[in-house]
Amino acid sequence: MRVLKTCAVAAVLTAGVVNGAYAQEKEITLCWAAWDPANALVELSKDFTAESGIKMNFEFVPWTNFADRMLNELNSGGKLCDLMIGDSQWIGGGAVYGHYVKLNEFFDKEGISMDDFLPATVNAYSTWPKGTPNYYALPAMGDALGWVYRKDWFARPEIQAAFKEKYGRDLEVPKNWDELMETAEFFQGREIDGKKVYGAAIYTERGSEGITMGVTAALYAWGFKYENTPGKYDMDGAVNSPAAVEALEAYKKFYECCTPPGHSDAYMVANLDAYKSGQVAMQMNWFAFFPGIAKDEAVGGDVSGFFANPRETVEGSTLGGQGISVVAYSDKQEEALQYIKWFAQPEVQAKWWKLGGYSCHKAVAGAPDFPTSTPFAGEFLKAMGSVKDFWQEPTYAELLLAMQKRVHDYVVADKGTAQEALDKLIEDWTITFEDDGKI
Amino acid sequence: MSVSTKAYSVSESGKRTKWLAGGMVVVYALVSMIPLVWIVLTGFKSPPDSIAYPPKVVFEPTMEGYVNLFTSRSRQTPEYIESLGPPQTWYDALVRERNMVITGPSRFLGRYWNSIVIGFGSTFLAVFLGTLAAYAFSRFRIPLKDDLLFFILSTRMMPPIAVAIPIFLMYRELGLSDTALGIILLYTAVNLSLSVWLLKGFVDEIPREYEEAAVIDGYSRLQAFVKVVLPQMRAGIAATAIFCLIFAWNEYAFALLLTSGQAQTAPPFIPIIIGEGGLDWPAVAAGTTLFLLPVVIFTVLLRDQLLRGITFGAVRK
Amino acid sequence: MSTQTIERAAERVAQATPSGLSRRIAGLSDGAIAWLFVSPTIVLLLAINIFPLLWTIYLSFTNYRANQPGRAIRWIGTRNYERLLGSEDIWGYMQATAHFVCWTMALQVLLGLGLALLINRNFKGASFWTTVILIPMMLSPAVVGTFWTYLYQPQTGIFSYIVNLFADVGPLNMIGSVELAPWAIVIADTWMWTPYIMLLCLAGLRSIPDYLYEAAEVDRANTWQKFWYITLPRVLPFLMLAVLFRGIENFKMFDMVVELTSGGPGSTTELASINLKREAFEKWRTGYSSAFAIILFVTVFGLGNIYVKALNRVKS
Repeated sequence: MRVLKTCAVAAVLTAGVVNGAYAQEKEITLCWAAWDPANALVELSKDFTAESGIKMNFEFVPWTNFADRMLNELNSGGKLCDLMIGDSQWIGGGAVYGHYVKLNEFFDKEGISMDDFLPATVNAYSTWPKGTPNYYALPAMGDALGWVYRKDWFARPEIQAAFKEKYGRDLEVPKNWDELMETAEFFQGREIDGKKVYGAAIYTERGSEGITMGVTAALYAWGFKYENTPGKYDMDGAVNSPAAVEALEAYKKFYECCTPPGHSDAYMVANLDAYKSGQVAMQMNWFAFFPGIAKDEAVGGDVSGFFANPRETVEGSTLGGQGISVVAYSDKQEEALQYIKWFAQPEVQAKWWKLGGYSCHKAVAGAPDFPTSTPFAGEFLKAMGSVKDFWQEPTYAELLLAMQKRVHDYVVADKGTAQEALDKLIEDWTITFEDDGKI
Repeated sequence: MSVSTKAYSVSESGKRTKWLAGGMVVVYALVSMIPLVWIVLTGFKSPPDSIAYPPKVVFEPTMEGYVNLFTSRSRQTPEYIESLGPPQTWYDALVRERNMVITGPSRFLGRYWNSIVIGFGSTFLAVFLGTLAAYAFSRFRIPLKDDLLFFILSTRMMPPIAVAIPIFLMYRELGLSDTALGIILLYTAVNLSLSVWLLKGFVDEIPREYEEAAVIDGYSRLQAFVKVVLPQMRAGIAATAIFCLIFAWNEYAFALLLTSGQAQTAPPFIPIIIGEGGLDWPAVAAGTTLFLLPVVIFTVLLRDQLLRGITFGAVRK
Repeated sequence: MSTQTIERAAERVAQATPSGLSRRIAGLSDGAIAWLFVSPTIVLLLAINIFPLLWTIYLSFTNYRANQPGRAIRWIGTRNYERLLGSEDIWGYMQATAHFVCWTMALQVLLGLGLALLINRNFKGASFWTTVILIPMMLSPAVVGTFWTYLYQPQTGIFSYIVNLFADVGPLNMIGSVELAPWAIVIADTWMWTPYIMLLCLAGLRSIPDYLYEAAEVDRANTWQKFWYITLPRVLPFLMLAVLFRGIENFKMFDMVVELTSGGPGSTTELASINLKREAFEKWRTGYSSAFAIILFVTVFGLGNIYVKALNRVKS
């Protein structure tokens, strides 16, 4: 019976230790994605702990699992997170299903005004229903999809000459998607410093939201609309418009002609890898990573340049970024609110930007010297000026997964045509909205 | 032709055939070990070496993967690192070479510990309950016995995701989501079918005469069970326990869906060990190595019991 | 039993059990013990297997969504089932699953049986090498899936590198290409589970008594005839049992493949369980996915029963 006894002792012992670990008080847990800005937030939050005596715990999940894990956590009524820096698209579900605490009363009491934050970010990260003054989050991290390019390669005379010879114009930062793809095509397979390089790393990830975020960057530049009339869910003719079909075809062409081999399931991290290892001339990625790139040992400094998503027929950028919310299931809402109050202060917001977070506070992002403070700040403001977001409906996860499947089937798995993919997408979305009683 | 009786038998083939068969088996074994050996080696590579082309077989070993596995780090400017003074430990020094500083321990140990707690907890329960049930099924008249036994086995036909849907709802109501207790109960239930079937086979093999003799000697039924039957079952219980433990150790789907932070085990965690700006393959390989090691050891120790366990006792030696 | 023995026995019991309570427990009737021993197991299985199964069946007829707790649950009859069976996509997932199950079984039977026959030659060190071969199947499938993604990297992975040593085919994009991804999961699963089939075949081979071969020798049967008339019929029940167990597991396959390809590219390797997880825990269509779960369960159960009948015919 030694086995049984040992097991029993082990079980009792471990249970004791596990319980002991929860005994500490005055600490709260903040949940976010695992990426550069999260490390900056850890650094920033040390000041909060010093001021308030509340210890901060962090639960960071990689982006590819972030939505999955955290929405599961919210839907199971979990108490793991007291504060949640959730994606902009979750705000609908957070509000409607009661995952997030409504903050209006708290903002009024503490004198926090949403007028102090950039209007685009308040609308995207905090409000539900959209455009109404019902706040479920404080804008925490502004973000949009942008591009990084190898400034050093672009500046080489022999490369410039070769480009001019081939395309009859100067090699410079692409002004529209046609130029963007031309530039990528130019670099594809070219030998630089004895190494074969490729055009660009774009998003193609299947599992979470990757390829949708990439494809929408093209769609928005082609003037994509989700509905003919806002709020009516009439998608036929908008989602599958000729311009949308053209944009989706362009993205597929981009994937096929100008990406590194095997770049078929890539999101943020894979693009960073490809770029930092010198495999590609350009990469598509969130502005959130740009501070890290600017101080990277290999591609930092003057090696890299940044530009907002180029236009095709209109200006348009895919929105990223998050607001910070208090989780309704938390037992420590008091402390969590205290953190938000602290975080909303202009001084803290200024330090947040300095450490590598994108503050949405007007005192920071609206300051006259902001655009020139870093090589990417100006482009960031430009991108934020024309951002569009995916559906923020409570059923957003369902809508997103449908798009992931349809788009990946077409772009990467080469199934059907762009028109068919978008037609099927409308069918999927219609079912979702019907089930949700919206149409 | 030789007249030795043994020469007729297939299992005693000629020397050359034997040599050939042995050679082929060894080749298969070696080829099938390549992935594992490669992972163990990768754990000792530096991140650039781990993504070198062509793959590096000879490399300078480093502990970076293991350091990265157990710490979280943040990237800093060289000036800032300079200002910290000389590194205190060898792992500090290692990390600083990449312009990083250690900000604290990683979550790997916690997840590993959860795996141990949940593994042993559920194994203990499954074997304990399984032993009792197996004894009863083997020795007593129980109405609908065959149906019950089949029902116990059929619970393993459900895809785990299908089971997870109602369990998710149930645990949400009961507050068992993301708790070690919830996962232990679930794994116990899943393992019980294996444990009852296996242990029943072991009890069946113990002659009833032993207990009857004990009862004649004045033991009660219960005493006979504890003092006579249980000691005889020792080997069977040990084998069953190790099978339950390996299942709980390796399980992924339930852990992924029903735990998030507090009770998460290692399998859903290992795939998401990331480095800053890239999947940190040496750290993933290091975590994988540490996670698989106990199982490899068990496999070697347990090889004689394997057959019975993996076939639900349907095949005995 | 004589009265004397009983008295003696009672005396001993009284001595051995000091307190009244434990005497009461120790003196339990057989029926009570049976009940006491079996009920915890039954209760736990009822609570964690049967009750949830019934609940799933109920939910499959509703429009319930687990992420909208406030919403009224509406009975919608068989609409979920109609939607599922009428959906083109579901057939795609089923095909992907069938491809995976059929090819893994075929390859593993071939390799596993071959290996078992070789090991049965009893060469020196057979026991050690058998143990080595067994290792992959004891590992965590999710972790195996994770590290195979590393081995499958087109540029830097060892798999593509080794294949290129033998055939100059260039970087193999095992996970990213539509043609190769279904084979990537088949190869990884075959690596992991061939030992299982091998082990059962070995058990079958060991159960064949030597005299059968001796008799065949007397009848001047050649090696092929011996294999066909003696070895195969004896091993077949074991082999089929192995295929049953693995077939069911692979039909339910989730962990390894989700880590390896997460269903991609597109929906090329989106196996039934992977899609079920998306519907249930990402889209939160609880009612719909419950119906899907029931369909999968019935399919496994049905196919399993047909198979067991075939197995019994082979045995007899």
